[in-house]
Amino acid sequence: MMQSLYDRLKDRFNLGEFTGRRADLAFVTVSREQLRPLLLHLRDLEGFTHLVLLTAVDWIEDDTFQLTYLLNDRARARDIGVRLMLPRDDTQMDSIHDLWPTAATYQRELREMFGIDFPDSPRVNEDFILEGWVDIPPYRREFDTLRFARETYPERPGRETHDPATYMKQQLYPDGEDNG
Amino acid sequence: MAEYPDRSQYPAHLPDGSCDIDLSSGKYLKLWQGPNHPGITGNMSVELTVCGDEVVEGRTHVGYLHRGFEKLMERRTFIQCFPIVCRICVPEPDFNEYCYAAAVEELAGVEVPEKANWIRTLILEMGRVNSYLMYLGGQAGAFGQGVIGQWTTYARDLMLDRFEELTGARIYHMFILPGGVRDDLPEGFDQRMEETLREIESTLADVHDTMFRNAVFKKRAMGLGRVDPAWVDEYGVTGPVARAAGVAKDVRSDQPYLVYRELDLEPVIAHESDAYARADVRRRDLLMSVDLIRQVLARMPRKGPVMATLPNVLHWKIPRGETYVRGECSRGEYGYYLVTDGSGYPRRVNVRGPSYTHAMALLEKLIVNVNISDVAGLLVSLHTYPPEIER
Repeated sequence: MMQSLYDRLKDRFNLGEFTGRRADLAFVTVSREQLRPLLLHLRDLEGFTHLVLLTAVDWIEDDTFQLTYLLNDRARARDIGVRLMLPRDDTQMDSIHDLWPTAATYQRELREMFGIDFPDSPRVNEDFILEGWVDIPPYRREFDTLRFARETYPERPGRETHDPATYMKQQLYPDGEDNG
Repeated sequence: MAEYPDRSQYPAHLPDGSCDIDLSSGKYLKLWQGPNHPGITGNMSVELTVCGDEVVEGRTHVGYLHRGFEKLMERRTFIQCFPIVCRICVPEPDFNEYCYAAAVEELAGVEVPEKANWIRTLILEMGRVNSYLMYLGGQAGAFGQGVIGQWTTYARDLMLDRFEELTGARIYHMFILPGGVRDDLPEGFDQRMEETLREIESTLADVHDTMFRNAVFKKRAMGLGRVDPAWVDEYGVTGPVARAAGVAKDVRSDQPYLVYRELDLEPVIAHESDAYARADVRRRDLLMSVDLIRQVLARMPRKGPVMATLPNVLHWKIPRGETYVRGECSRGEYGYYLVTDGSGYPRRVNVRGPSYTHAMALLEKLIVNVNISDVAGLLVSLHTYPPEIER
């Protein structure tokens, strides 16, 4: 079902890699120029009327962000994930809030969490979850949560940290009589 | 009843769609509902701009309990993510376990035993009953009927007893794992579940008489927060909110998963699309869940394994890939988008909870023209859980 859809649209939208995951789910890569025409076609002519989610994957080793637009066609019980690869040094993307108003929320989150900007999206520059955040966008791979936690939150005075294995050994065998 | 002014004209709208509100004019007032407020759903807040006692603009604010679940999972092995995922939704945690486990199984090529799928379905329906019971108490409470919440909390507690004997825990179960479920049903579970279901049905009959036939509840809930069926796709509306608008959208019947194909179920719908219709759809859906639990217990195989053989989960590497797995939770479509890169850790996990669309764009649209006293009722009628927004 998904393969035939891909075959029909491949040349028209210059589609890239196709990944059939299940009979009712496939992923396809598209260029930035073809994204909007493809989404419009899928929504208006192929029945993919429900924007399930819009999110990003950070492929830092390839210097790329992957944007995933997941669409659902309820009538035919199928989903398509549209992948778009965005260079990490050019993180500006076209908004699709005019196609699905709810996309504005996803785009606002992506700007805050990944630093991917959607300049025309409503209220995209308003803080969403992280009010007053000044560090790098935290869902980027180079953001180290452990380092951030250690630098931001001081250790509680009097707290001791133990290596679990060593600690339990000391508790169980205080005289060093571990024969097991 | 007083006529409301035409809010499409007043206050004036700016080109970007926002309202031209001059607070110094004295016509408007900013009012925060939440994060600490009896009329708020969970840890979120709504920034209201009111004119008199009428809302002219509302802005949802989240972030009060952001723990970075999705990011935390990127630093944990696949099995270590289970204590995290269930905490994304306190009242109905099992969908997180199921969707995440199913996504891991799909990418790792793990086949789940048939009996485990029946028990998973049972668990999910039990969770749905709990979530709806909690909702009914909250919805009635938002309109001043405190006693309903006491009744539904009692009924929910009985179901938590069944969860406790089945999983060992009342709230966070961590019972669904990749490959199946942790254990079989205990001895005598069917009989105790039947007693619980009868008690829940009895409570629901009382709730129906006392809440749904109450003149005050009807007066306040009918006509409140009407969702246009055309918004269902535009705003990503799913679950009872969509079904109350006449759109029979239910993943259990649209794209059946687990054993739903073998069960008799018909999506519960209504057409009025207001807070009352949404409450009634959930009440009837709850009764359907009670029926589905009975169907599962009557039809499920009693023999066979409940867990597949897995590789050593401490050193489990899953081939590169991506998938999306969804289910129908009590609030709508719940889904997990999982990306793997061949390592022992998820590359990316994205949780799609229904509150993400309902409590942001949809709520901000519905809240305009609502009386301040009805804001709590409107919020609860969308049945939102904020951790799904700030995963």
